Amino acid sequence: MSIRVTRRGFFKLGAAGVASSSMAMMGFAPEAAAASVRQFKLTHTRETRNICTYCSVGCGVLIYSRGDAAKNAHQQIIHIEGDPDHPVSRGALCPKGAGLLDYVKSPSRLRFPEVREPGTSEWKRISWDEALTRIARHIKTDRDANFVTTDEQGNTVNHWATTGFLAASASSNESGYLTHKVVRSLGMVAFDNQARV
Amino acid sequence: MTNHWVDIRNADVILVMGGNAAEAHPVGFRWVTEAKEHNNATLMVVDPRFTRTASVADYYAPIRTGTDITFLGGLIKYLIDNDRIQREYVLNYTDAALLVDEAFGFEDGLFDGYDESRRSYAKENWRYQTGADGFVLRDDTLRHPRCVFQLMRAHYDAYTPEMVSSICGTPVDRMLHVWEQMASTATEDRTLTILYALGWTQHSIGAQIIRTAGMVQLLLGNIGLPGGGVNALRGHSNIQGLTDLGLLSNQLPGYIAAPAATEQSLASFLDARRKMPTVADQVSYWQHMDAFFISLMKAWYGERAQADNDWCYGWLPKLTQPLYDVLDTFERMSRGEIYGYFCQGFNPLAAIPDKNKVSKALAKLKYLVSIDPLNTETAEFWRNAGEFNDVDPSEIQTEVFRLPANSFAEDEGSIVNSARWLQWHYVAADGPGESMPDTHIIGALFHRVRELYAREGGAFPDPILNLAWDYKQPERPEADEIAREFNGRALADIRDPNGVLVRRAGEQLSGFAELRDDGSTLSGCWVFAGAWTEQGNQMANRDNSDPYGNGQTLGWAWAWPANRRILYNRAAARPDGTPWAPRKALIWWNEAQSRWVGADVPDFPANSPPALGQMPFIMNPEGVGHLFAGQSMNDGPFPTHYEPFESPVPEGNLLFPRKEKVKNNPAARIFDADRAMLGDWQEFPHAATTYRLTEHFHYWTKHSHLNAVVQPEQFVEIGEALGNELGIRAGDWVKVSSRRGYIRAVAVVTKRIRAITVGGRIVHQVGIPIHWGFLGQARKGFLANTLTPSVGDANTQTPEYKSFLVKVEKDDADHGGER
Repeated sequence: MSIRVTRRGFFKLGAAGVASSSMAMMGFAPEAAAASVRQFKLTHTRETRNICTYCSVGCGVLIYSRGDAAKNAHQQIIHIEGDPDHPVSRGALCPKGAGLLDYVKSPSRLRFPEVREPGTSEWKRISWDEALTRIARHIKTDRDANFVTTDEQGNTVNHWATTGFLAASASSNESGYLTHKVVRSLGMVAFDNQARV
Repeated sequence: MTNHWVDIRNADVILVMGGNAAEAHPVGFRWVTEAKEHNNATLMVVDPRFTRTASVADYYAPIRTGTDITFLGGLIKYLIDNDRIQREYVLNYTDAALLVDEAFGFEDGLFDGYDESRRSYAKENWRYQTGADGFVLRDDTLRHPRCVFQLMRAHYDAYTPEMVSSICGTPVDRMLHVWEQMASTATEDRTLTILYALGWTQHSIGAQIIRTAGMVQLLLGNIGLPGGGVNALRGHSNIQGLTDLGLLSNQLPGYIAAPAATEQSLASFLDARRKMPTVADQVSYWQHMDAFFISLMKAWYGERAQADNDWCYGWLPKLTQPLYDVLDTFERMSRGEIYGYFCQGFNPLAAIPDKNKVSKALAKLKYLVSIDPLNTETAEFWRNAGEFNDVDPSEIQTEVFRLPANSFAEDEGSIVNSARWLQWHYVAADGPGESMPDTHIIGALFHRVRELYAREGGAFPDPILNLAWDYKQPERPEADEIAREFNGRALADIRDPNGVLVRRAGEQLSGFAELRDDGSTLSGCWVFAGAWTEQGNQMANRDNSDPYGNGQTLGWAWAWPANRRILYNRAAARPDGTPWAPRKALIWWNEAQSRWVGADVPDFPANSPPALGQMPFIMNPEGVGHLFAGQSMNDGPFPTHYEPFESPVPEGNLLFPRKEKVKNNPAARIFDADRAMLGDWQEFPHAATTYRLTEHFHYWTKHSHLNAVVQPEQFVEIGEALGNELGIRAGDWVKVSSRRGYIRAVAVVTKRIRAITVGGRIVHQVGIPIHWGFLGQARKGFLANTLTPSVGDANTQTPEYKSFLVKVEKDDADHGGER
């Protein structure tokens, strides 16, 4: 006997705890299945909808994580796959997107604020408070010293050209909008994003 | 994209040129496959390399890198000479019939008004003629010698197949085949889509290449129709959103040009940007500029922005030069004029041309801040990595901070894909360690700066102390709060001209039509108005139904503007409001309902009857598409062939031989220090171009194990002819040098990249993938921008990464240790 089992239905069968008898129904040899019953990887995971961070196709992705998101119970991402409902990608991911989990888990991910002091050749971990305090002071010192009120023609320009800012092309619109609001209001003009290059 | 990914399936002919979608946008490319499979579409690829896209194409034609204007300019001549244009479309929906100023001219490669000392044009004559009523004059016979059509015909008269072939290196028969296929879409029932990417933008003539494509599509009547359009396949996942939000030195959110120093009053600023119709009865949507801008000022400066203080216009920084782009910034940095630099998700040591220049410039900074999920070469520019980054840390006095940002998987918000869709995503997990979302990092940093100014005073504190910042937690603005703000809300009851209440005070706006110029609305980005309405977050919509069966899924996410999926879609119908052809129907006029209806949101006033004669290009004051660019481009109203700044052609510009002034784009800016670093064809005889691989994304995926496994090692691609000439076999090491530096890599010797004949001379081409560096999981390699020249497009300053000169040599050094 054979029945059509969709992939998602297959998970449901697993999640419901149906073991050897259903496995047999799906065409698996009962002995082999009974000998190696194990949890399906995605059982008890949380599914989160997201969008691939790489190119501009904007493929839908489903991110699977464990943990109940309660305080002190952190989610761990264990699997990322394409979103089959997405009208452009329809569940597909390319070789770049197929590696998304390894990007999230990359050993190159930064974990703490750090500083490399002038002339040295290593990073030193610092607190967020120290990092923000020191950077804010740099901003203020430079801005106060180099803010331009009028140009050579006597026009009011109110700008600050000695510190620049390059904005992230993969962060959200919300990040982009807030960044623009702040950067422009500080008077910065050397302001660009990846669209320039 | 004027159109969108799924809509590619509606195309009859697909031209991929200046891009390699199968490699770089593989999942979007499925819709090309779909068009071939189910719409009997023809796919053609024009590219210096026989790319992955070419391998599944119906037809391939080679071209020398950087000569695309010539190829498409020749096509314009071909279409005119053979009467293969969509005449009714061209006459009604383009400026072909409009008359141009008598003083406008073009001679020996230069338009009128050129100032050689400033490398720029006066532009004053680059305009239409106007009559006594102030409206533009026209000649519907298209025979008037000053009409756009005749001027365009004259401009491209020299672009004969033979001339084009000698410049582009494309064999005449291949060129004619491509042109003929494209011309086949001049009929009312067929459309051509053009897909391009950085292969068009990264040239000193990049913006004009894309304009030429726009002209071709207007002549063929393919803009606004399903399966048509000029479609930029953008690079990064939210590069479109950052462009929309204006994170560029010369832009404010929503495509409003930032104020110049000469625009001292608000009135002068608005007058220059408010576009009133120049043809009777046209929509000219930029006439609402005041409402867009004042709503922005209300979003930024809240109660402090009032009519009597010009809505705080004086608080905005004014530009004393047209752009403070990255090339300009790194030039100033290299001269010691920049003290601080922030890199948020950006790796300029790898991304800005001439890596050695960038490295020396960064070393002159007092402080550098990298905000990134990953370690980057820029954050570690001071680290000695042997030949890959040969610096001495003890000599570099820059204080470098590295702040951990969350990745997409740990962040909430919206990003805009190439199709202008704003798609919302959710948090799947916390980021590693103490990492934070970008919004919190910027929020916290700004909050600290504001506290310093409140406590200590300092230079011009007003815009800092008064920036509207009513987020519930000032150090942690949340995505939903910010999204509501860029959408906008009513600050007072909003009424229509008849006094009918359309929006109560405090309510989210439903779209930009509700914006007001009296301070009664706020909106941080007018083109995004409609993204988060009283009905909630439209960007999170997930209805993928396609009721008309033509791929317009209006219920999925939200597209700017106003959820329109195909821009200028009024042009999908004839002037009388009926579709050009049943199989190309998109929106049409419904007489009974007295409104435009169909599969898409009309990009047009919904109740404007065809008889009124409003035309589809509602952002242009004339209501029509521009074959003549007027003053909008820095390098001329008609695109013209100029050689790359590093050209392999000894004779220079074959269209204007021996005219040194117009060998390269005469309006492109190049700094003296960078000009001194240009190589010539005698020393560096090989034409090089950079490109991307399907397994990698920029310099990010070399940090990802899977991608590092499948494509671990740097290589360069050369043709068999060059390999034979230099005795290089596949797998040998080569050294590739430009005037600015060198890289060493493994040679891939292929049939995919062939020598090309230009001006009767053989030119070898070299392909340089960009994805390696001195950090990450992949094998160490050289940053490819070590080779590239620091010169940009005349309009955008996008660097010329796609056309430069190198010398390839066999490298016999021992690389055992590094491999």
